[in-house]
Amino acid sequence: MAVIKLSASKIDELKDVCKSFNNDKGELINVLHKAQGIFGYLPAEVQEIIAKELKISVAQVYGVVSFYSFFTMTPKGEHPISICLGTACYVRGAEKIIEEFKRVLNISVGETTPDGKFSLACLRCVGACGLAPVVLVGDKVYGRLSADSVKEIVSEYTK
Amino acid sequence: MHVLVCGGTGCHASESDKLLSNLKTIVADKGLENDVQVIATGCFGFCEKGPIVKIMPDNTFYTQVKPDDAREIIEEHLIKGRKVNRLLYVNPENKEHISDSKHMGFYKKQLRIALRNCGFIDPENIDEYIAREGYEALGKCLTEMTPQQVIELMKKSGLRGRGGGGFPTGLKWEITSKSVSDVKYVVCNADEGDPGAFMDRSILEGDPHSVIEAMAICGYCIGASNGLVYIRAEYPLAIERLKTAIKQAREYGLLGNNILGTDFNFDIELRYGAGAFVCGEETALIHSMEGKRGEPTMKPPFPSVSGYFEKPTNVNNVETFANVPVIINKGADWFSSIGSEKSKGTKVFALAGKINNVGLIEVPMGTTLREVIYEIGGGIKDGKEFKAVQTGGPSGGCLTKKHLDTPIDYDNLLASGSMMGSGGMIVMDEDDCMVSVAKFYLEFTVEESCGKCTPCRIGNKRLHEILDKLTKGNGTLEDIDRLRNLSKVIKDTALCGLGQTSPNPVLSTIDNFMEEYIEHVTDKKCRAGRCKALMQYHILSENCVGCTACARNCPVNAISGERKGVHTINQEVCIKCGACIEKCKFNAVVIK
Repeated sequence: MAVIKLSASKIDELKDVCKSFNNDKGELINVLHKAQGIFGYLPAEVQEIIAKELKISVAQVYGVVSFYSFFTMTPKGEHPISICLGTACYVRGAEKIIEEFKRVLNISVGETTPDGKFSLACLRCVGACGLAPVVLVGDKVYGRLSADSVKEIVSEYTK
Repeated sequence: MHVLVCGGTGCHASESDKLLSNLKTIVADKGLENDVQVIATGCFGFCEKGPIVKIMPDNTFYTQVKPDDAREIIEEHLIKGRKVNRLLYVNPENKEHISDSKHMGFYKKQLRIALRNCGFIDPENIDEYIAREGYEALGKCLTEMTPQQVIELMKKSGLRGRGGGGFPTGLKWEITSKSVSDVKYVVCNADEGDPGAFMDRSILEGDPHSVIEAMAICGYCIGASNGLVYIRAEYPLAIERLKTAIKQAREYGLLGNNILGTDFNFDIELRYGAGAFVCGEETALIHSMEGKRGEPTMKPPFPSVSGYFEKPTNVNNVETFANVPVIINKGADWFSSIGSEKSKGTKVFALAGKINNVGLIEVPMGTTLREVIYEIGGGIKDGKEFKAVQTGGPSGGCLTKKHLDTPIDYDNLLASGSMMGSGGMIVMDEDDCMVSVAKFYLEFTVEESCGKCTPCRIGNKRLHEILDKLTKGNGTLEDIDRLRNLSKVIKDTALCGLGQTSPNPVLSTIDNFMEEYIEHVTDKKCRAGRCKALMQYHILSENCVGCTACARNCPVNAISGERKGVHTINQEVCIKCGACIEKCKFNAVVIK
């Protein structure tokens, strides 16, 4: 068993979420969406509580968490950076943008900077193909990027 | 007067929300609230030139409007009646300003059926939908037609599934209607996972009521009172608009019990995806809706017999549903008069990539690729040469110059080695390496394979490895044969649609661009200059002036030379990052 290090109030909040879906195991994905909204990610402790509330095995919960790319078990940075790797962005040079972010932040895709400020991820198509190549920082969309604009974006958040 | 501002995701990303609030504030400041309505609409389609503002009734079409342009539009156009020339679309051929969108090349060849309301109505206001014949079709079905009559009409119209497979919609409805069960479900598949495709999202954002109306009609036909929309969590705006629309439809008695005074009950709930491409496959989608891993299962049984919680379930895609109300209002004959022999109606495409007019387009089936790329799309970006167009996303293939005059429909695309898919259309130019493109798609498939069946889980991984070897210059001619053979095995043996179509990008690029594959092997050359391992940077002595810009910017100090003398690149040290080529102002650095 993992050590419970979540605060009691957060645990209650999570249990309320399960209850709001009638502890129905068919609503697991909706519960996980809400849980990730509360905690920012889905650590083992959270999955254990959900499993108990919905009366399913932890393995089943983990199976779903690990299957869908939207769910993550590692905390994201304060400013999560997502680089679009849809085909439109790919043919317009998204790979160069990734390389530049990796170089500027000195982390790989899927990692978070040691100060917890930035994390780097790829996603498939935000549907703003007219602005390709596109990067999301949090919810903000940056479009028509070149490798040169990467530093500017990062510095916007390091001030 | 109406001021329509595009509120689609593309324009939203370019601050159209700020533009909207500026317009509203200034209209209020000038005391024009009673005469001018400022409305956020769905996608106009012309994303390349967004944000778009359209002034009605004179149909003026402003492009790339910034929040600060709001004042000029209101003071000049609305008050003084003078169009703001600098914001009008410029015809790239003769540099003339065009103010009416009807005369723009991008719109001339289009016929908007599924997108009929996108960009015309406020998607958050049910009254605007109703004013454009909204919910008339539902009323007609419930009060004047039997379910069987509606199904017959749908069959006669020739509408086929727009999600990619092209299964006749009317027939699907008929099969589900004949399944005997106490509970049945209507499911709308809005899990648009194709990279580079945003048709369904634009419909849900721009005209959510058309989907709701069609789902209710489908429920009436098959005898279901429960509707579910399975939508990607990555589409927050579409989710919000859909929620608002469902709430309004309930308030108007168009969802819920005893709809329009009849004994028909129908309501809709949302289910969220969580980022898994395979969930676009209907059996996987159903498992995901049940809260499980989205793994597909063997068909039969088909969902129309045993689907969501083992009940008969009719799954249609967003665009398919968006066509339904119009077909009922205008009749099967009208719809089947549009399109080609076996593919009726229109198709929405997300046109993107190396093309001048990126955007969302809708054309009659049977339109040729040439018309789409050169007339609507405005040709290739930066005057480069057209090389290929990829349709059908990771399940489709690449078409080339020889296919430019092929009429686009389900059967022609299949015969050309690609497929319709959901409607992504990515244009590529001479700078795109077809081996790398095949590798790009396989990377996607490997990541998205659910892992249940061996051909897809392991076979695609092997395909990817061979392609990787080729792009690094380590491939052999036997590898190309191996790719072909393995692709055929995967196609024949994989469990679901994802695996059965995943080798298509490989096969179609081998068929159409064999010479590029061979070059990668025998000449160790990538003609597009995309494969890093096969590139060598060189400095042309006749162009180099010795400004030292390249040497100063080289991250690994691979460039040496005296100031004002010719520089050279040490190939052993060079990491092929391309920094030198970007910094050189004299075109002295070249890729060989």
